[in-house]
Amino acid sequence: MSTVQGYSESYTLRLYVAGQTPKSIAAIANLKRLCESHLAGRYRIDIVDLMQDPSQAQRDQIVAIPTLIRRLPEPIKRIIGDLSNTERVLVGLGVDVLPGRIAQ
Amino acid sequence: MHGTEAQKAPVSQATRGIAKAPTGIAGLDELTGGGLPAGRPTLICGAAGCGKTLFALTFLHNGAVKFDEPGVFMTFEERPHDLVKNVSSLHYDLERLIAEKKLAIDHVRIERTEIEETGEYDLEGLFIRLGFAIDSIGAKRVVLDTIEALFSGLTNQAILRSELRRLFEWLKDRGVTAIITGERGEGQLTRHGLEEYVSDCVILLDNRVHDHITTRRLRVVKYRGSTHGTNEYPFLIDEQGISVMPVTSAGLDHAASQERISSGIADLDAMLEGTGFYRGSTVLVSGMAGSGKTSIVAAFADAVCARGERCVYFALEESPAQIIRNMRSIGIELQRWVDKKLLRFMAHRPSLFGLETHLAAMHREVAAFAPAAVVVDPVSSLLTAGVGGDVHAMVLRLIDFLKARGVTALFTSLTHGSLEHAATDVQVSSLMDTWLLLYNRESNGEHNRQLYLLKSRGMPHSNQVREFVMTDGGIQLRQVYVGPEGVVTGSARLAQEAREREQTLARQQEVERRAGEFARRRRQIEAQMEELQAQLADEQREIERLASDGTARESLISDERVRMAHSRKVVYGGAEEYASTSDKAGRPKQAKRRQK
Repeated sequence: MSTVQGYSESYTLRLYVAGQTPKSIAAIANLKRLCESHLAGRYRIDIVDLMQDPSQAQRDQIVAIPTLIRRLPEPIKRIIGDLSNTERVLVGLGVDVLPGRIAQ
Repeated sequence: MHGTEAQKAPVSQATRGIAKAPTGIAGLDELTGGGLPAGRPTLICGAAGCGKTLFALTFLHNGAVKFDEPGVFMTFEERPHDLVKNVSSLHYDLERLIAEKKLAIDHVRIERTEIEETGEYDLEGLFIRLGFAIDSIGAKRVVLDTIEALFSGLTNQAILRSELRRLFEWLKDRGVTAIITGERGEGQLTRHGLEEYVSDCVILLDNRVHDHITTRRLRVVKYRGSTHGTNEYPFLIDEQGISVMPVTSAGLDHAASQERISSGIADLDAMLEGTGFYRGSTVLVSGMAGSGKTSIVAAFADAVCARGERCVYFALEESPAQIIRNMRSIGIELQRWVDKKLLRFMAHRPSLFGLETHLAAMHREVAAFAPAAVVVDPVSSLLTAGVGGDVHAMVLRLIDFLKARGVTALFTSLTHGSLEHAATDVQVSSLMDTWLLLYNRESNGEHNRQLYLLKSRGMPHSNQVREFVMTDGGIQLRQVYVGPEGVVTGSARLAQEAREREQTLARQQEVERRAGEFARRRRQIEAQMEELQAQLADEQREIERLASDGTARESLISDERVRMAHSRKVVYGGAEEYASTSDKAGRPKQAKRRQK
């Protein structure tokens, strides 16, 4: 699904939410927007609703909700919160931000 | 002792007041009146290494094993593998409990460096995990150890605090009995003020170092809706788990035996109504250095074993070999009892470990060996293992424990200074049933040992000071002489004894002399009596002779008269002859004559 474009690797991301809370909905929206603008074509997002599958919480060491985990590229990175601060999310994901693109 | 005592109290206590979840920790359930508040969170706080995790794990282990209450252990610090390993020394088989679905361990790992915080979040993930773990085994108990780790993993304190408040409410709603552990903080119970959220029950653990020796202590700071022991109680962690030692655990309800047992010293028994100590009583032997304390308790131990009963000798100052050798010199052979497994020595330097460990070791030994008597020699040296008050409390607990089991106990205590300071340093004399005071008294350039039975509850006992003499045939108590110069002991006593012997001898000689004199006098008088009797007999014979002579003459005279009458040709017939002269007098004469 993911495609490699030049210098960049592909991203495998997993977002953990718990039901349809405002924070979860905001996080999903924020993540999709941000990936489209910065990682278009080289990302994959899984959304895990812990309400549906609570055993995942222990397996993946989830404490805070929402939690975004960058599974690839290694190493694993965790970002918690509703992902409203785009700049910090990108830093957290380790995405190289080209000057000027943040302004968009 | 673990468990059995702890499970007795809860039933009666829990019926009153709030429902309680027994911890199964010996002693703790007594002082909380049945355990932790059921269905509510309890905060256990203390510094690092004071036993919080072990405490919490014991709570879950006992819940699963003894009370059929499965538990969830949520650890924020140690990995499950380490936990299982750490408590395997306590014989807690956590792996088996996990396999039997009686225990679930969830390790919550939060690495700050891995986490980027972007915007609003909550800890619903933690709730979901916990809820899932509780549901998976039907848990009734939950431990969060140490939830404060979240504070170092997450930066948004405001969120964290509101989420913690929500978590504790959530735990109450779920109806689980929870233990939250917290690290001790400066100026408050926990570093992050958890006591603000957990207000039902707070237990403080402490691991204080005093003179290089640590003593663990526990205090119930708060227990809403329940009475509880408010003191600090020492507790111990050993291979048998945790046990708290509340002073009240044994209570004062031990039975009092009427049976008497010999002290091993005949002269001492004589001072105690001739029978000795009460079985199960507590005896203090106090005295200065070298006053013979060890000899007295060794004689007692010897007597106990000679009756075929077991005795444990807690030697805190001398090695067993040394005690055995030294006692041999006064005719007490202890080695044979060791060989027969009737006597067991437990020798530890008091400073080797803290008081609570000493106490635990003693408890365990007594529980395992089931002796009839116990000797602690000397109890005062435990002072080096703790401060005075602690030693007092420990001895009190030990006495309670021994009395509850009907074990006769002899404690020796080293005192310093003169007799006026006879109070023992450990201040345990008031706990003792019988108190033997030994002292060295100087007089005439020598020190002599003296023994005084200061008290002996429940029996009339001698109030006399005795001189305490160690001979190669054992211990003897001698009467002391009280004279014009005071009490006389030692060589002065020997001199006095010699004087008395002399006087006795002199008296005896006098008696013998008098007796001899009397015998002689008696012989003399008897001789005189014989002589006089001989005289008397002579005189009698003389009289008899005279009497018989008279008769003979008379008959001669009468014969003469007959002859003369015959010669005068007078017919002898008195009547004619006398009638003419006297009528009256003539008749008796006639009669007399006829009689003849």
